[in-house]
Amino acid sequence: MPADRSVPADRSAPADRSAPPAPTPRPAPRRSAPPPPPPRDVRFGGGRPSLLGRLGGLVDEWIARRVDPDDRLKQIQTPTNEFGFDSFGFNRDFVRRALLPARWIYRHYFRVQCFGTEKVPPVGRVFLIANHSGQLPLDAAMILLSMLFDKQPPRMVRTMVERWVAQIPFFSYLFARWGQIVGIPDNCREVLENEEAILVFPEGVRGISKTFDRAYELQEFGLGFMRLALELGVPIVPVAVVGAEEQAPALANLTRVGDIIGAPAFPVTPTFPLLGPLGLLPYPVKYRIYYGEPMRFDGDPNDEDDTLQEKVDAVKAEIQALLQRGLAEREHIFW
Amino acid sequence: MAGPEQDERSGQPNGTPGIGPDEPVVIVTGAAGNLGRRLTRRLHRDYGVVGIDRRPFPNRPKDVALEQIDIRRNRAENVFRRYAGRIKAVFHTGILHDMRKPASEHYSFNLVGTTQVLNFCVRYKVPKFVFLSSANVYGPHPHNAQFLTEDAPLRGSEGFPMIRDLVAVDHAVSSFLWKRPEIDTVILRPVHIVGAVKNAPSNYLRLRYVPTLLGFDPMVQIIHVEDVVEAMVLSARPGVRGIFNLTGPGEVPLSAILKELGKVRVPVPHPLAKPLLRFLWNSRLTTFPEPELDHIRFICMVDGARAREVLGFEAKRSLRDTIHAAVEAGPLAVPR
Repeated sequence: MPADRSVPADRSAPADRSAPPAPTPRPAPRRSAPPPPPPRDVRFGGGRPSLLGRLGGLVDEWIARRVDPDDRLKQIQTPTNEFGFDSFGFNRDFVRRALLPARWIYRHYFRVQCFGTEKVPPVGRVFLIANHSGQLPLDAAMILLSMLFDKQPPRMVRTMVERWVAQIPFFSYLFARWGQIVGIPDNCREVLENEEAILVFPEGVRGISKTFDRAYELQEFGLGFMRLALELGVPIVPVAVVGAEEQAPALANLTRVGDIIGAPAFPVTPTFPLLGPLGLLPYPVKYRIYYGEPMRFDGDPNDEDDTLQEKVDAVKAEIQALLQRGLAEREHIFW
Repeated sequence: MAGPEQDERSGQPNGTPGIGPDEPVVIVTGAAGNLGRRLTRRLHRDYGVVGIDRRPFPNRPKDVALEQIDIRRNRAENVFRRYAGRIKAVFHTGILHDMRKPASEHYSFNLVGTTQVLNFCVRYKVPKFVFLSSANVYGPHPHNAQFLTEDAPLRGSEGFPMIRDLVAVDHAVSSFLWKRPEIDTVILRPVHIVGAVKNAPSNYLRLRYVPTLLGFDPMVQIIHVEDVVEAMVLSARPGVRGIFNLTGPGEVPLSAILKELGKVRVPVPHPLAKPLLRFLWNSRLTTFPEPELDHIRFICMVDGARAREVLGFEAKRSLRDTIHAAVEAGPLAVPR
């Protein structure tokens, strides 16, 4: 049914069968033929292509040639409507533009290496459950990009962003255009019922903000994903990201300072805040992403926390094992 | 147009020209409104239609009786008395939306008026009450789920106190739904209605230069007024009761609608837009009160699954047609 939203209604259907006898005939500017398909770029207003619009066209062309030559974005199965949007606001043209820097970071900055992308089911609802690290959520971006660039066929994965992102100008809609959703259980359920893949970090901020002395130690997992997995019969693919810990090794986390500036954490790394905002730049570590075999669980989604904890611990153990494997195989942090 | 004072019907105690003495009738409040007229024209072939409105309804179909009376007056009960026993349904669309009117008038017309109609329905054993509310009662909010179900809290007046009477009316009819199991009450909460209507979203889309909020581009849902009328007719079926969100043919970002309509967008930073719009409103230079800004900033989208499953409702018009209907103002709507 949510898919129905995106299916354009049949224009040729006898839409007026219910119309009133029309004593006041409407002036009939109803276009006889459907208008030409909307131009790719919908961000710039106005009817005529502006300078920016034409520039955008050139960029699009270049991206098509260089960044996404086999048009992997088209192979993504998310249904979109006649305007190119899905019901959460995802739009391929926005993603295509973002791929320009994203691909460079993925291939040349972090030189991401993936293992076992084929273990993620090609279709159907699925949870990707991963460890969270590195102060900035670049691990999420790299997992999404690995599913796009290094999986055959590519698969779109959604993540959930913090609610307050919806209040920040530009991010408020860009995250949606790139296919991400606001982190509310109802939204997660909707996406899973649409048979899509969703990436969850059950450690949340506990994981991403931890200091370097606890690197690759999994923090406490939230249970919410397991309840949804049991309720909706969602397979769980454990994912381990090796490398992200070293992109910003935090020596301390000044939570009090974070509270004052309204951030969830305030890490102190060798370069931040020493070098100012520039110090936030992650170090060019090498990322290794390991995908595990899908796990399935049965049980009552409304079980007590203790019962659910056992199942969550099984997932956690699997991720820990993948992490150990990755750390053992790694010869150097930077290559 | 003959007013109610000139009682032409004194010689016809049991009927009006066009409505047979035993013909089943439906009552439409707010029949002279843009939506009420469409509903009336849609219904009058199947039922005798009695409209109640304080405004005139020129060029109405000959078999539609109009009682030009304020619903709050005691004399409004005469309409129910006259057709007692054969009123099949009451369609309540007579809601005051003019934001310039004082709150007292809003409460009096909307809440007191609606309560009065509900009491008439009980007293004259009307089996069906269909009320047209709006998805705006949920309110735009950054924490909203992408698709709000009918169970979501009605926080529409949280940031928009001027519409608290509309939320109160929705609550009043909801409790009536549970208090009176013998009456099939239907509450419809459609998304932004466009077409030949006058309301905030249509007026916004009819602007020549459309202000938007810089950095915000929420997904929106719109529905064609004819689709809403169709849903109201579907809700009139016996046995159907409950609360239903009505969704149109899909959801698109606001920018895509403006682009499709070829509008010139004027992005304004939101810290600036609020005081600016408040100033314009206070100077009576705009019809949009400042809290409406949240509608072009945050999402307020609803899940129409219940209406699809229970009512069998599906919007007939395509997304593109619905978008264009917003500005292809018919003769009933205001000029651009």
